Amino acid sequence: MGALMGGVMRPVFKSRNRSFLVFGIVFLSLVGFVNCTKKGDTGASAQADLQALVLGEFGTMTGPESTFGISTHRGIMMAVEEANASGGIQGKPIKVISLDDQGRSDEAVTAVTKLVTQENVQLILGEVASSRSIAAAPVAQKYKVPMISPSSTNPRVTQVGDFIFRVCFIDPFQGKVMAKFAAQNLKMKTAAILRDIKSDYSVGLADFFAEDFQKMGGKIISDLSYSSGDADFKAQLTAIKLKKPDVLFIPGYYTEVGLIARQARELNYNGVLMGGDGWDSAKLTEIGGKAVVGGYFSSHYSPKSDKPVVQNFVAKYKEKYNGEVPNGLAAMGYDAARVAIAAALKSSTLAPTDLRDAVAQTKDFEGVTGVISLNDERNAVKPAVVLKVMASNDYEYVTTVNP
Amino acid sequence: MADTHSLFFGDEDGIKTPWQILGFALLVLVLMGVSALIESNINPYVQRIIVNCGIGIILGLSLNLVNGCAGQFSLGHAGFMAVGAYISAYLTTVLMPFGGFFQTELGVGVAVVAGGLAAALSGYIVGLPSLRLRGDYLAIVTLGFGEIIRIVFLNISAVGGPRGLPGIPLASNFFWVYLWAVVTFAVIYRLIHSSAGRAILSVREDEISSQSMGVNVSHYKVVAFVVSAFFAGVAGGLFAHYQGFIDPNTFNFNRSVEVVIMVVIGGMGSFSGAVIGAILVTMLPELLRFFAEYRMVIFSALLVLVMLLRPMGIFGRHEIWEASWLPKLKRKPKP
Amino acid sequence: MQALIQNLVNGLAQGSVYALVALGYTMVYGVLQFINFAHAEIFMLGAFGGIFVAGWLTNGEGSFLSLVLVTFGSMAFCTGVGLAVERIAYRPLRHAPRLNVLITAIGVSLLLQNLGILIFGADPRVFPAVIPTQALFDSQNLVINNIQVLVIGTSAALMLCLHWLVRHTKLGMAMRAVSYDIETASLMGIPIDRIIAFTFAIGSALAGCAAVLYGLTYPKVDPLMGVIIGIKAFVAAVFGGIGSFVGAAVGGIVMGLAETLVVYYVSSSFRDALAFGLLIVILLVKPTGLFGSMAKEKV
Repeated sequence: MGALMGGVMRPVFKSRNRSFLVFGIVFLSLVGFVNCTKKGDTGASAQADLQALVLGEFGTMTGPESTFGISTHRGIMMAVEEANASGGIQGKPIKVISLDDQGRSDEAVTAVTKLVTQENVQLILGEVASSRSIAAAPVAQKYKVPMISPSSTNPRVTQVGDFIFRVCFIDPFQGKVMAKFAAQNLKMKTAAILRDIKSDYSVGLADFFAEDFQKMGGKIISDLSYSSGDADFKAQLTAIKLKKPDVLFIPGYYTEVGLIARQARELNYNGVLMGGDGWDSAKLTEIGGKAVVGGYFSSHYSPKSDKPVVQNFVAKYKEKYNGEVPNGLAAMGYDAARVAIAAALKSSTLAPTDLRDAVAQTKDFEGVTGVISLNDERNAVKPAVVLKVMASNDYEYVTTVNP
Repeated sequence: MADTHSLFFGDEDGIKTPWQILGFALLVLVLMGVSALIESNINPYVQRIIVNCGIGIILGLSLNLVNGCAGQFSLGHAGFMAVGAYISAYLTTVLMPFGGFFQTELGVGVAVVAGGLAAALSGYIVGLPSLRLRGDYLAIVTLGFGEIIRIVFLNISAVGGPRGLPGIPLASNFFWVYLWAVVTFAVIYRLIHSSAGRAILSVREDEISSQSMGVNVSHYKVVAFVVSAFFAGVAGGLFAHYQGFIDPNTFNFNRSVEVVIMVVIGGMGSFSGAVIGAILVTMLPELLRFFAEYRMVIFSALLVLVMLLRPMGIFGRHEIWEASWLPKLKRKPKP
Repeated sequence: MQALIQNLVNGLAQGSVYALVALGYTMVYGVLQFINFAHAEIFMLGAFGGIFVAGWLTNGEGSFLSLVLVTFGSMAFCTGVGLAVERIAYRPLRHAPRLNVLITAIGVSLLLQNLGILIFGADPRVFPAVIPTQALFDSQNLVINNIQVLVIGTSAALMLCLHWLVRHTKLGMAMRAVSYDIETASLMGIPIDRIIAFTFAIGSALAGCAAVLYGLTYPKVDPLMGVIIGIKAFVAAVFGGIGSFVGAAVGGIVMGLAETLVVYYVSSSFRDALAFGLLIVILLVKPTGLFGSMAKEKV
């Protein structure tokens, strides 16, 4: 093979022109790079002079997990547009700088560093996935810029430091909600778990569910796993079916849950299917069809709630995105941005440290996803709702579980 | 043993050891100075990209040894990086033997080397199939090893499983990364310009002929893999201690492809090509932030276009210092 | 016992899809000696093609005719893409070193994936239930449904057709000649470029059919769906002996069965590692695969 390769290799520096061309390209890209960074500097400082609020957002806008990032981004933008329509902060419009992290934790660190040190944002919103929030939070903490995660439910996120907040409940609570619902409301005795081994969210939620379900007298009779991206789950489901659990808990994302539910029903498993907020998407019933109907999952909000704030949000979202019902992530993004804006309205200087104090004092904030109060651990204390899947993208509100 | 000697000291132009030590000391001083300058004057975001370039350079140079110089094709570089990152981070965060030693800067240095050694061991294991396979098959097997390594870490809860490993001491910086980049360059350059290096190059040019000339082909293939994996492991260790957080997803197949792109764009077999390729591949995504959605499309299109229009990459097998418009100081004799 | 039969049926259905995709790898490898990494993405595009064809046939849902139309539409679409990829990316590199072709193939694969994400979005689409799933055999612990039978039957039929094509037609003879020695074949007056293009077309059409069968079984279609299937099908091709049709078929089915049985009887967390482990073992023990014969490389 090597000998073959020798044949096509020709000296590169045959002529002056070509080597200059190469160096020209490298040089220009360097210059362009430096220029870009310079521009960013001046732009942001000019903004700071005007005392306008600049929010930074980092999320997964491209790549396989971009659905989550895009939903959140839409929610955030809606909140900001609403605030700007009613005058912004002290008469100046709020600016949002969104950076993509491609679903990679190291890119998340880079993105937050750019937001903080170059764009000089006063507050950061992001990420959906706990692992990327945990990776990036130390940067926000180091530079003392408050960060609000819309939907990272792992407990360790806010433990990074006193500048890190979240507006969602945490996994231990969500696990407990579903365990309690299964054991007490549905009076189930035995459960099987099918967890996504590649997802930190799924593994965490499965562990907390198992712990609480056993505490409440239930039994976990099977605990198997799959990897996100798989399409065939029949082997796991055949094993689960033979043990006849009352409940099959699938703490995964809707992308796989739909297929799992389908195959479970095809194999004649008739137990109750349950899951967490990862189920919340219009695609769930599209992929799962009849199989997911009758399943229960915990979520942040019910789009059918008659609270005015929810109705307003759902109506506006539908109008903007051709009739799509906003999922939980969009609602969380909306709430996170609104908590940030509310804090900015209360704070006098818009300096990051003042914003942090204002965010920390958030109490009884009327959000789409419930009344949000931040506790001493900077986690939102708020109820979870349990929804039941009805036919074709229709969810019935079952109950609210308070912390 | 003459073999090992030439491996580390070269036998071509007899630079005496004291001079090497002096040069090295000077280099350390210069790097320290530059590091201090950068850390006090440059925006942390730009600093981060410069450091990432350094890590990319180590990765690119080390992969170039296998893919460019030895003519093998490895698609599992991220796996070695993962081994280095996880072993070193495990030492400094979870295990912490010898009290607080691994929390000190020196301790982190030791941990990074340990990570490199562990990666070298895995490189030895991956290198073995290369004795029987070539081309496409080897590419797939190395890809498979890389994925297996990742799946193994995904299933070890002691290092966090899919949740990742947070709280790694932030000990690596510009100085350490670029010091290692220089060490990588020096070691691999010396290796290639030694008798062992000529043997490695002969394996690339024609395996069967070099075998019949008495070159121990399998030995040199494994040497290339082990040295390459060691530096990839070091890069992983430096990366872990620069990010402060690692998860298995960071070391997926796309990361391996990224390193391959560095080497291919730069020119397979060219040291300066690997360096320039690493810088380009690290910086392009940042430059293309405006086109975030098109970024990966541009990247992959670039790979195809380079192969179609300029298959030898920017430099081919040549080096920057061979350019005709540079003053001819002392041309290195070509291997 | 019933659980074992259930697992065997599930594994067989899964393995049939792997086998169809594996045939594409093996055919291209046979004539050009390189791994067409982009094959997995052609499979992915086939699934999207199927969705669009089914979308046009809005009133035909549920009938056998619409299934046939969707399948042929998807196969035609895949053939087009396969030919285009061959013409644009691979043909100019016909005489380039194999390493360059390999890198190009990886590049094309990444390009199609990312174009897919850009055009279709990363959110999965739903493959329409052109024919609804029905249980054919249904006892408490053993369920066999119509889709599974369809998948296994169609795959077997296609493989027989392919066997006939390659063994008993002039075209097949030309393909075998090209695969045996490309230069001699060209001296014998065989139009090399056309035969290679034809090979790509057949391989891609098989991927298109596999995509429809896959979509009926697992109705979730996204731009990255090809990656895992592609790797597994490739492993299957190597396992059976790359370049051998029987090998690809056997390899695919072994792969499907092995996966199902390992997940059921051993552990579910190392499923993906299994494919690679199998690959490494077979390459170390018998690099030519079960049915393959590899020519000695010439100096």
